[in-house]
Amino acid sequence: MSEHEYVPKSKAAKWFNDRLPLLTLGAHLTDYPTPKNLNYWWTFGGILTFCLITQIVTGIVLAMHYVAHADLAFASVEHIMRDVNYGWLIRYIHSNGASMFFLAVYIHIFRSLFYGSYKSPREVIWIIGLMIYLLMMAAAFMGYVLPWGQMSFWGATVITNLFSAIPLVGDSITTWLWGAYSVDNPTLNRFFSLHYLIPFLILGLVVLHIWALHVPGNNNPVGIDIKKPSKDTVPFHPYITIKDAFALLVFMIIFAGFVFFTPNVLGHSDNYIPANPLVTPAHIVPEWYLLPFYAILRSVPDKLGGVILMFSAIFILFVLPWLDTSKVRSAVFRPIYRQFFWILVIDVLMLGYVGAMPAEGIYLVLARVGTIYYFLHFIVVMPVVGYLEKTDPIPMSISEPVLTGGAEPSLARKVNDKV
Amino acid sequence: MSKEEKKVNRRDFLFTASYTVGAVGVGAVIWPMIDQMNPDKAQQALATTEVDISSIEPGKSITVLWRGKPVFLKRRTSEEIAEARAVKLDDLPDPQKDEDRVKEGKEEWLVMLGVCTHLGCVPLKDKGDFNGWFCPCHGSHYDVSGRIRKGPAPTNMEIPKFEFVNSNTIKIG
Repeated sequence: MSEHEYVPKSKAAKWFNDRLPLLTLGAHLTDYPTPKNLNYWWTFGGILTFCLITQIVTGIVLAMHYVAHADLAFASVEHIMRDVNYGWLIRYIHSNGASMFFLAVYIHIFRSLFYGSYKSPREVIWIIGLMIYLLMMAAAFMGYVLPWGQMSFWGATVITNLFSAIPLVGDSITTWLWGAYSVDNPTLNRFFSLHYLIPFLILGLVVLHIWALHVPGNNNPVGIDIKKPSKDTVPFHPYITIKDAFALLVFMIIFAGFVFFTPNVLGHSDNYIPANPLVTPAHIVPEWYLLPFYAILRSVPDKLGGVILMFSAIFILFVLPWLDTSKVRSAVFRPIYRQFFWILVIDVLMLGYVGAMPAEGIYLVLARVGTIYYFLHFIVVMPVVGYLEKTDPIPMSISEPVLTGGAEPSLARKVNDKV
Repeated sequence: MSKEEKKVNRRDFLFTASYTVGAVGVGAVIWPMIDQMNPDKAQQALATTEVDISSIEPGKSITVLWRGKPVFLKRRTSEEIAEARAVKLDDLPDPQKDEDRVKEGKEEWLVMLGVCTHLGCVPLKDKGDFNGWFCPCHGSHYDVSGRIRKGPAPTNMEIPKFEFVNSNTIKIG
């Protein structure tokens, strides 16, 4: 994407680059023109890459000590915690790493929602991102099953039973997933196999995600198209790398805080009880990052209906670029949408909260209200607001508001003036 | 003209034939990869369990494991049987007579999978609004016959295949 074709300095490098243009790729990544106004919400891509690498490295190490067998799994995890050198540290990094991964991905997704990064021409980046998010949930769920504690076992039972809601073939599918007539040793074994596989699938999708990003280039807080390279852009290195590195450092401090001071606060104490197929824990909850969807599932008093609504809550995001009718990307210039955006944030947080509470009384009412709003937001609010909203004037370029201290209405073009 | 048409047809035939053979081949390879995930012979071998029921008092129940799933064996009192039979079928989301859930002449024995038909948790006994079972996961209430009365579960708790080997032994499966 850089203006000039890269030519390596040394003869040997040139010889190699002519045969495999890795150095050209490196030069592209270094020079990659990036909007100069990216704020700290844009640092989570780098943070997420760090999270993925952390999970893969710690996971490979844990797999050297873990035993994927129903009789041995729980003990082998305790063996990692007590006997393996630094096993406690590696396992705590891996288990808290999953939570940090989701924390970062949720910020990343909501940043995209606020600044309209999913909108044309970046729909494919968004869709690949959602596929990564789905795989993350699958990997996290299967990983949570591996210690074979009570929450592992019953979480696996509840989630796999979701498929039994499918008419006619539901029970056959569930039995096929289990490899037994209930969640049992074959289930644990295959979950381990898939848990090891999925991070590498994610890695592949991350490459596609970044590739697709580098075609149109980054969106930015102002949300306008920019010329690349121009006075609106800076080279990725060192400007963005140093900013990403600083954000990553802050993120790692928080990460380390969990690992060293409250390593179990995001987990559930019942998972330190070995799996028992005869007793269901009194209060089953998924990990925190799945709670909003769990609340949606429980808000419906019908099995199939609940399952359909829960999956719809995720899959509706795939058509988001076509549900949003606004011509303006960034919510900075969308005074009405901006307010609905924050209502959605509060709504999802509330769903997460009620997902952790018993499904009765006021919690059930809140779950239903939250679920209805969630779908209204995407199906009604986004198309209608995008169509009716009177957006603020958007600047001609990134430099303009930076240099003049604000958008000049005289210079600005109003996008929502009907063409 | 006709010569050209013939040529194209022959090629079309070869394409179609190749695709068909290829699809059959791919299918023949994929099916074993899928079917290997179904329960294996070792799992299927655990298909039956025999249970000694001589020590269960009226009104009490035990739980045994069958194919990795809990099975409730409840010896019901005559009041409980009467209660189960007094329920009108119109009040049931999944209408089924209590008579159809037990063996004739052995009405006191309720043998059923202790698995909530919602998402597979184990319901708690002697709890809930209907004097039967209550599932703590998502709040399904079952009556004294194990029939769903309230909550998200779609059907009654399942009755497995079972038989009385003699008056003290039940064979499940």
